[in-house]
Amino acid sequence: MNIPDFNHLKRNLKKVVTGMPTLRMAILADMASQFITQAIKGYAIEYGVNFVVFEADYNQIDRQILDPNSELYEFAPDYVLILRGTERLTKQFYKADAKTTFADAQLGYTENLHQTILSSISHCRVITNTFIELNDAVFGNYAAKVPSSLPFQLKKLNLGLMELAQINKNLFLVDIDALVTHHGYRYTFDSKIYVAADMVFSIDFLPVLAKNICDVILSIHGKFKKCIILDLDNTTWGGIIGDDGMEGIQIGDLGTGKIFSELQLWIKQLKQRGIIVAVCSKNTEEIALEPFKNHPEMVLRLEDIAVFMANWENKADNIRAIQSVLNINMDAIVFIDDNPFERELVKKEIPGITVPDMPEDPAEYLLFLKKLNLFETASYTEGDAQRTQQYQEEAKRTIKMQKFANEDEFLASLNMKSVVASFNSFTIPRVSQLSQRSNQFNLRTVRYTEEELNAMVNSDSYFTYSFTLTDTFGDNGLISFAVLKKINDDILFIENWAMSCRVLKRGMEQFIINCIVADALQNGFSKIQGEYIPTAKNMMVKELYQSLHFISNENFWELDITTPYTGKKFYIKRV
Amino acid sequence: MVNEEIIQQLNIIFRQVFDNNDISVDETTTAADLEDWDSLNHLQLVVAIEKHYHIRFTAAQAQNWSNVGDIVAAIIQKQAVS
Repeated sequence: MNIPDFNHLKRNLKKVVTGMPTLRMAILADMASQFITQAIKGYAIEYGVNFVVFEADYNQIDRQILDPNSELYEFAPDYVLILRGTERLTKQFYKADAKTTFADAQLGYTENLHQTILSSISHCRVITNTFIELNDAVFGNYAAKVPSSLPFQLKKLNLGLMELAQINKNLFLVDIDALVTHHGYRYTFDSKIYVAADMVFSIDFLPVLAKNICDVILSIHGKFKKCIILDLDNTTWGGIIGDDGMEGIQIGDLGTGKIFSELQLWIKQLKQRGIIVAVCSKNTEEIALEPFKNHPEMVLRLEDIAVFMANWENKADNIRAIQSVLNINMDAIVFIDDNPFERELVKKEIPGITVPDMPEDPAEYLLFLKKLNLFETASYTEGDAQRTQQYQEEAKRTIKMQKFANEDEFLASLNMKSVVASFNSFTIPRVSQLSQRSNQFNLRTVRYTEEELNAMVNSDSYFTYSFTLTDTFGDNGLISFAVLKKINDDILFIENWAMSCRVLKRGMEQFIINCIVADALQNGFSKIQGEYIPTAKNMMVKELYQSLHFISNENFWELDITTPYTGKKFYIKRV
Repeated sequence: MVNEEIIQQLNIIFRQVFDNNDISVDETTTAADLEDWDSLNHLQLVVAIEKHYHIRFTAAQAQNWSNVGDIVAAIIQKQAVS
């Protein structure tokens, strides 16, 4: 996997897009945006998604957003991209009288645009860009000391935009300034095409920009990486552990060890952000484990690795084994290996997995991986950091289970407890995240923003549930939620129900339905109604309502709760 | 002879940029002759030629070509300079 060129993206536009999921997007730009639009659509197709795009005419940001009868609102997009050029902003700055308050005025303007869009399309996500912090050489480096200088105002504006995005949950940034820092303005800007057509991005830079915009949108939509699988020899450390021994591998001060230490430091940061780290290596297990246990300069330690696979089997089989322990989709996995043969084998055998074509020189690895922006995310909570530990606990449970005579005995031994609560300010961020993240155990795949969940708390027509799960091995955190809507005095409808796949086969499904039935009875309802809406990924819950003894009624599943309900036995205590 | 070689190379570039293998250009070909040769694709063409020959045209140069012959002349001129 590398970033394709613009011509490749243009050719993608001729591909058949039927069957691809569709997202509606509006592009408003204060520059010529035809190429950018083509690049974004082409990149989305590269990702297997069809963007239906409304591209506003040149420089129509204000008219489209401020006029309630504009084509923008008629189109009713899910995502609005507001692209603004630093070149135009610079001209605006030069004409402005109030230069010291320029950034503040721009922030007010951006927030106003954002709020105006949301007041018409409340679910809309707005994406805008940071500005390129190029010194205009009017004050030189002294600009740092001058509040009315362009460099100072640009930095202030960019920081302010980040703060604005932190406050407004539906506002997202694509950090063009960071991209330009990476590639260099001489690469991202082509004065010739700027003069000829008012395009502020070079043709070579368009795919990079398009990729980042698609990454932001698709991660909001629930498509993002959750796991990195590492090869060991000449990937995680320099040299071959089986030949060179623990003293001979390059890490830390030895040889080119700096390369691998810094790569490991970066991967550790990913792990702390919530990315699961796994190992897949052709090695004898004890030998491969040794540096993780005993090498003084290793940054990654065994407790950082969720699943460790070192053997002489085929790597594709090992990756499948890792995937089944983690219970995530292949398209959420990145596989890093220095060996082109192994990479090709894995690419060929496992469709959907991301396998970067690593540069030949390991010294380039880290910069190359950063450039690919593989780990875009649309949310972050403190709980994300504990994910590796949770998966390690899961692996222990899997091992323990083998020692019990039957499942019931095993489940009873786990001493499982679940905190059942309505949504509140503590649980809402995690519930929203779960609704965005879970694809497999998700009955209707309704994605909720925090605002939408907040609104339910104050509404009489919703009953909301969040569930945690703890057991003898540890705390799984908040692992499921259900949103029930009151249809009338008799019927409660399960508007959505999602659960983390980490806790499958623990009796949680039965426990949740029992909770819902008990509460529904107390509130005088007589029927629970559910619906399964199939997607490409939620096959696993197709039979769920049936297995919980719901009766099929046309497109819905219904449970009559006026007769006593008995489902399967479960071993979870409600607290 | 030099011209013919450049035209051959240009033909490959035209085909790639317009994603059309039926294209065949000569010195007299103008934008009016090729359906996809609009002002936008023109820019892509300019950049592709620059890359291929490792040269850079000026903003004014790239706007003033009236046919493929002009492009050939500009390439020869740039190559002579560099």
